[in-house]
Amino acid sequence: MSALRPGGDDFGARLSFDRGGPGRRAVDVPAWNGEATPLPDARLLRDSLRLPELSQGELVRYYTALSARNYGIDSGTYPLGSCTMKYNPKVDDLVASLPGFAGAHPQTPAEDAQGTLRTLLELRRGLAEATGLPAVSLAPAAGAQGELAGVLMITRALEDRGELETRRRILVPDSAHGTNPATAAMAGFTVTQIPTAADGSLDRATIEQELDESVAAVMVTAPNTLGLWEQGIEEVAGLIHEAGAYLYGDGANLNAIMGRVRYGDLGFDVVHLNLHKSFSTPHGGGGPGAGPVCCSKELAPYLPTPVVDECEDGVVQLTAPERSIGQLQQFHGNVGVLIRAYAYMRALGLEGLRAVSGQAELNANYLRALLHGYYDLPYDRPVLHEVVFSGSRQRKEHGVRTYDIAKRLIDHGFHPPTVYFPLIVDEALMMEPTETEPPEAIEALAEAMIAIAEEAERDPDTLHAAPLTAPIGRLDEANAARRPVLRWQEPEAED
Amino acid sequence: MASPAPGGAPHPYIPATEADRARMLERVGVADLDALFADLPAAMRDPAIDLPPALTEPELIALLEERAGENADASQPNFLGAGAYRRSIPAVAAHLTSRSEFVTAYTPYQPEISQGTLQSAFEYQSVVCELTGMNVSNTGLYDVASATAEACLLATRATRRGAVALLEPIHPGTIEVVRTYTRGAGLRVDILTSADAVSEEHACLVVQQPDFLGAIVDLEPLAEAAHESGVLLVTVADPFALGLLRSPGDAGADIVTGEGRDLAGAPAFGGPSLGLFAARSPFMRQMPGRIVGRTKELHEPPEGGEPRTGYVLTLQAREQFIRRERATSNVSTAQSLIALAFTITVQALGPQGLREAAELCYQRAHDAAARITGLPGYEVPVRGPWFQEFLVRGPLPAAELADRLRELGIGPGLDVSSRAEAEARDALLFAVTEATPDAHVDALVDALAEIGADA
Repeated sequence: MSALRPGGDDFGARLSFDRGGPGRRAVDVPAWNGEATPLPDARLLRDSLRLPELSQGELVRYYTALSARNYGIDSGTYPLGSCTMKYNPKVDDLVASLPGFAGAHPQTPAEDAQGTLRTLLELRRGLAEATGLPAVSLAPAAGAQGELAGVLMITRALEDRGELETRRRILVPDSAHGTNPATAAMAGFTVTQIPTAADGSLDRATIEQELDESVAAVMVTAPNTLGLWEQGIEEVAGLIHEAGAYLYGDGANLNAIMGRVRYGDLGFDVVHLNLHKSFSTPHGGGGPGAGPVCCSKELAPYLPTPVVDECEDGVVQLTAPERSIGQLQQFHGNVGVLIRAYAYMRALGLEGLRAVSGQAELNANYLRALLHGYYDLPYDRPVLHEVVFSGSRQRKEHGVRTYDIAKRLIDHGFHPPTVYFPLIVDEALMMEPTETEPPEAIEALAEAMIAIAEEAERDPDTLHAAPLTAPIGRLDEANAARRPVLRWQEPEAED
Repeated sequence: MASPAPGGAPHPYIPATEADRARMLERVGVADLDALFADLPAAMRDPAIDLPPALTEPELIALLEERAGENADASQPNFLGAGAYRRSIPAVAAHLTSRSEFVTAYTPYQPEISQGTLQSAFEYQSVVCELTGMNVSNTGLYDVASATAEACLLATRATRRGAVALLEPIHPGTIEVVRTYTRGAGLRVDILTSADAVSEEHACLVVQQPDFLGAIVDLEPLAEAAHESGVLLVTVADPFALGLLRSPGDAGADIVTGEGRDLAGAPAFGGPSLGLFAARSPFMRQMPGRIVGRTKELHEPPEGGEPRTGYVLTLQAREQFIRRERATSNVSTAQSLIALAFTITVQALGPQGLREAAELCYQRAHDAAARITGLPGYEVPVRGPWFQEFLVRGPLPAAELADRLRELGIGPGLDVSSRAEAEARDALLFAVTEATPDAHVDALVDALAEIGADA
């Protein structure tokens, strides 16, 4: 195995289970020298366990080689739209792992966990300030769980109003994240899809037409997934409230408006945030994140349990709101992530958060300006935090798909953008540079995209074959789904 | 407080200087940053927001060190368990998991540059299948309770039944979360004290292994009772205990969930956590969450040779970003990095080490219990074989006993005296594991003896 070709040939064919050998071990376990208690009856015990047997060095080399086959925000520019892949401050990891925080058992009595609880209380207050929504629960582990909490809160409020039987529909724009309709369905509602207007905004006429006594809520992503502001959303909020429904906000794109405008002021009733996006906690290859849910005073009694509160004597405690939808997890949420988000908020302050949204916007618009004319812009107007291009011209004229463009970007050293989302844009390339990329990085990304556009005319076959320099080439995803192999098997058990 | 140089970058995390911004604004064709927010409603722009001022890195570290110091010292004796257990985590787990290529990546949408995350997730799925005796695992959910709630939702979809049954003693948090998650679907949640009450109305019977009060459950008769009524058996298992105990799959379980946090790292006041979720093959296309599959390259590598092996997210037709309102769950981001730490810990221990660690845990806990049983005025009510948690009934009511222990510098076990089970009456639930220092057990026994002598 060469350090320069991590893992060597067909590294993926040999799992940890196929390496090392019987009798090797990576750690040892202290012996029990006391009096031995007989083990329970054998029928309650396992008689075999197949796990890898590796020495410590072998195990470390294996996972180090695996890490070298990954690309993170620390590796380079990662313009994955809607995911806000910005630099993750290292001090946040450091403070979250302080023994006082890390060692706290989840059932520790409140008086013995005041350091953690006060930190969570201040985060809660900061998020309430930043969103203009006074009540917050930090419990949801990720955005989708925050969404579920928010929609269940609406369910409970309708129940108390005696309207749950009649208000069975939730309106969701067709540009929404897939989690929105999935959540609405999980909470037992019927989803009505609202088409996007020609300018990329909410189709107000359709919403007005659909709003009636059967509507429980409208779920809106603001700014939307095209990187555009929903103009007049405050008026739409008024219409929704007049119709007796609630306005749910998907706050995945909060990064664009931090310090500039607040969900509460606009009339949103309940919003979830993604702290792993806007508050820069590491994405971890797909979590852990945190998805706090923030709401109006009216919905506060329904927040998920626990909520962090300060008692009159100054002691901070976890409490259950009066008409809480209940717990979302056995304990209190992804506390380690919340501490990181708090550290981020304190490092930035209000001016810093305004600088974040300002620079995020400028970077997205700079990228838009640099690529203007090279790729189609179905919604050709200034954007907020992200810009959605279309590869439809490259497809029509050269038979090159967005998929090919994304893969070729890997050869230029970049992580590809989000592709084929939002669904309403043909051959979508959704790019979010974030505020932490320096201008030179955005220029280099634009140069690579331009080189690819030119290559599409000149040499489309290279694009079809890309990436050529990645640790592995394009994979057969169809076969993976048709003939699923989902776990290690003894070599002889494979066909 | 920070003091950015005039014209310099506004913050260490935001690189563009004033000169950079001027150049970029010119290219964009707007006068200033404010112009980029022109679409926002003018009347609501730039509201007053009350946030504390920015801190420099040394100030931030000092503040949070002070805060962390306001928590009780975690190195002092503490016997809380009840869903979170102190474990010996190999140094390699934290070391490898902190590699930034893992930490700062996102969901592996681009497999060519995400094989580290994908192949690790396949390792995780393999480990979970081996431990649980299931055939399919996803890449992990938020925590044990939400995973169990998802198992109940799967069971109701698969059986088309409208009620689920949970068997006591089960973690109260699990019951709470199942209630939260099943509210939307309008499912009935029955809490049973005996598996005899399971009926054809139930989609599943949920059983915790070991149970909430520490006992090892004989799963096989429960599986038989459930299956007789067409009910699926969901087992909520401690994966560490599975190093010693019979796999739930072998005993007849259909779905297994569990909490992986303890084997991944520090308890951190409960999270990040990790919800294990594995099932038998027939439920593969009903599973919630991400699943990684093994496949081959579409073409030969540029340098020649056979197509190589790689890993991709698969069976995605179940998921929210494709299926939207018809998805099996709304899960997107979960707990990938915690799953990586869990995998490395289990693999570092290996088959021998995990068994030895689980046996050591069993021996230490039983030794501590025997010492407490030997103290005048104390009893350890037992309902059969148990693993690492035991009930202690002392000469004082449970709450008073707990207070006295706290006064003596001992974090007592959880007060379970208000539970319905007879053996929990007046009792505290103590956990002793392979990672509980000898000195802590000694201190506990001494403190109990002292309290007993005073009583």
